[in-house]
Amino acid sequence: MDNVTTSTAPRGQRQRIASPGSRPSALLLALVCVIAVAVLVPVGFVASVVAQVGWPTLAPLIFRPKVGELLVNSVLLVVIGVPLCVTIGVGGAWLVERTILPGRRLWAVLLAAPLAVPAFVSSYGWVSAVPSLGGLSGGLLVATLAYFPLVYLPAAATIRRLDPSLEETARSLGHGSWGVFFTVVLPQLRLAIWGGGLVVALHLLSEYGAFALIRFDTFTTAIVVQYQSTFAGPAASALGVVLAMICLVLLVLEASTRGHARYAKVGSGSGRPGMRLPLGPFAPVAVAALGVLVMLSLGVPLASLGRWLIAGGAAAWSQPELGTAVVQTMLLAGGGAAAAIAVAMPVAWLAVRHPGRIARTLEGATYVSSSLPAIIVALALVTVTLRTVPALYQTTWTVVFAYVIIFMPRALVSLRSGLAQAPIALEEAARALGRSPMVARMHVTLPLILPAIGAGAALVGLGAANELTATLLLAPNGTRTLATQFWSASSAVAYANAAPYAVLLILLAAPAVAILFTQSRKRERG
Amino acid sequence: MRILPSTILLTAAATSVVLALSGCAGSAGTTSSSPAAIDSLDGSSLTVYNAQHEELTQEWADEFSAETGVTITLRNGSDSELGNQIIAEGAASPADVFLTENSPAMSLVDNAGLFADLDSDVLDQVPDAYKPSTGTWTGIAARSTVVVYNPALISEAELPASLEDLADPAWKGRWAASPSGADFQAIVSAMLELKGADATSEWLTAMKANSVEYKGNSTVMKAVNAGEIPMGVIYHYYWYIDQAGTKENSANTALHYLKNQDPGAFVSVSGGGVLGSSKNQAAAQAFVKFITSKTGQSILQTGTSFEYPVASDVTPNPALPALDTLDAPVVDPATLNSTKVTDLMTEAGIL
Repeated sequence: MDNVTTSTAPRGQRQRIASPGSRPSALLLALVCVIAVAVLVPVGFVASVVAQVGWPTLAPLIFRPKVGELLVNSVLLVVIGVPLCVTIGVGGAWLVERTILPGRRLWAVLLAAPLAVPAFVSSYGWVSAVPSLGGLSGGLLVATLAYFPLVYLPAAATIRRLDPSLEETARSLGHGSWGVFFTVVLPQLRLAIWGGGLVVALHLLSEYGAFALIRFDTFTTAIVVQYQSTFAGPAASALGVVLAMICLVLLVLEASTRGHARYAKVGSGSGRPGMRLPLGPFAPVAVAALGVLVMLSLGVPLASLGRWLIAGGAAAWSQPELGTAVVQTMLLAGGGAAAAIAVAMPVAWLAVRHPGRIARTLEGATYVSSSLPAIIVALALVTVTLRTVPALYQTTWTVVFAYVIIFMPRALVSLRSGLAQAPIALEEAARALGRSPMVARMHVTLPLILPAIGAGAALVGLGAANELTATLLLAPNGTRTLATQFWSASSAVAYANAAPYAVLLILLAAPAVAILFTQSRKRERG
Repeated sequence: MRILPSTILLTAAATSVVLALSGCAGSAGTTSSSPAAIDSLDGSSLTVYNAQHEELTQEWADEFSAETGVTITLRNGSDSELGNQIIAEGAASPADVFLTENSPAMSLVDNAGLFADLDSDVLDQVPDAYKPSTGTWTGIAARSTVVVYNPALISEAELPASLEDLADPAWKGRWAASPSGADFQAIVSAMLELKGADATSEWLTAMKANSVEYKGNSTVMKAVNAGEIPMGVIYHYYWYIDQAGTKENSANTALHYLKNQDPGAFVSVSGGGVLGSSKNQAAAQAFVKFITSKTGQSILQTGTSFEYPVASDVTPNPALPALDTLDAPVVDPATLNSTKVTDLMTEAGIL
């Protein structure tokens, strides 16, 4: 979900907001530098593993058949999974936004809703319905159904914003509906497709729970197994180095596809919604296809969950750990949300108010670390805190720091667009009326960006509530969260005991998905 | 793309921070253990690194807390993970007590010299067969290796006579295990001890080709029960727990004991020990003493764990065959080597 909205954020707003040539204060710059270096610790960890463990030790741990198998699995997962998600996401978005689809308002919600079911809960639903599910095909099935909304949401948002005049021009030049879609609509979705595709790819590479439940081995599951066999040993780190490299290559690839084309409407006249195509005889086909999709992505997991809820009955709800888990999840997730907002604020401020090369670099640096799977962030923080700051080892601080690294883009994206929409002129007016800069910010800008802060905090908090691997590795002794409790019950095949945790996880995730959904629909007026 | 060089620069900065800081990693102060009076345990607290089943240790902890007023916090994980974690933490480890499912992780910590000697009144409760000669830790429970099979897919006569038979290509795709778990790794450590490194390495290579990997013994049993695979190598109690409950994951299965002192008849000793770095020596010793006492061992006899008691002359749950009828190989728990096992399994491409 991390960068789900980045790709749809309107470009070109910066110029309007920043006073040209304004230089950031040394303090702000120093602060953001410190933040950038701090969040890069996991990347530094990967580099230092190579430096410290040394190539002679790492090489045999990297160049072995098992790593080859993992590489094949992970690469196939991305190479097949991402296009599947893109096809389903874009196809669904186009049907919902651009055709006269019966019940399209309902479909719009249903296609985003799978995001509220954490992938490992969905996998649990699938594996208890189809016990033989496993391997690449099982992994692809579960992951595609869980992650296609990450493409659907930005694609739908972009389609809503498209200037229909381009399509009308193409039509007037004799293109049919399919021709218009492939030559005019699809190219304009490039940002949403590559951006959403990157997010899906990073999710596929960092997913642990969903694949561990169905016996599908990827780098992330193998790192966890090595961790469980050796703690933070060299073999785990060696796998981590390879996985980190794959993620960074993807990040660079995506950045290089963005290009310089402009898609925004320039000139006079205002945008208007595009024309909807009649589906004619294809309407039942489209409805049936979407129906099957929703059945598979929501129906199967929720039906399984319902079955286990009934099987577990009241006893499953009287597990003594349930209450503790709810409280600890809220506290950890709340702490993570607050910290992520606090850390993202100076970065967003620098990026919006003082755009330039330095701001871009520092902001980019924060995205690099969050593209790393949580297991690597966790390994890095276990090692660094244990060796260097034992006072922070196994403390809430470290868990919260991990959440900041992993989920910072969610906060950053919200804050950035919030700040961009808060005109600096209002602040300047307050200062002209004699307010000090700080007071002007507190009284004028802060209230304007409160909704953005709220949305960012909700997205981070709910991501943190679903987080599994970093929480398992870093949490203080005795910590129980909904995700870790669900995990220990479901991996012991105590499916009925896991069900209440799954329900609570879904209930907690629902508001975040609602926020994402509304955000993606608001943009059309932006 | 212009930002890439600067990002690398920043990363380099972060790297040097990590490197510089890890250079000055140091001794975080040695701890002194002050012998405290046993009556004054009330109000003290213990951190237990627990690789045993959470429910079982929770039962022990609850009962012990009720008796003594000691608060117990569990950190749950797997044998090797927590063992290696204690070693990485060294003298700064927050752990007071370490409990495992299998003994190799105990030896790991013992070889690093991190255990305190157990009090003699703890050791006196446990027969020699279930404690190492070093006296630094003790057995707290035991479990037997079994073959769980689905009679609809394989008849009793067709079952293997030895774990070693499973290396034969005839068994390809016909048996399952959970090699990522500490349980199976303990079975491999017994094979390593009994048959040597070369034979074990060969066997693991064959296993990589022949076996189907699942995550967790329960999942293996569930797959055998569902008819996905004819048989699996697991520990006995997963089957007995399910049989005592809903039989949901074992109704279609039966157990086969390999006996004959085969590596596949290995009885694994779960261990408990007190960390030398613990600042709560008295309470920690008292907890291990409690676990090996009649009350603690009776929880194994009457509770839901179906593991074998090993101390204080407590007999196992009546549903279980007696330990001495299992004809297990004689293995000194102190000699089992977990690091060598994970290395061999990593080499074989299983991990």
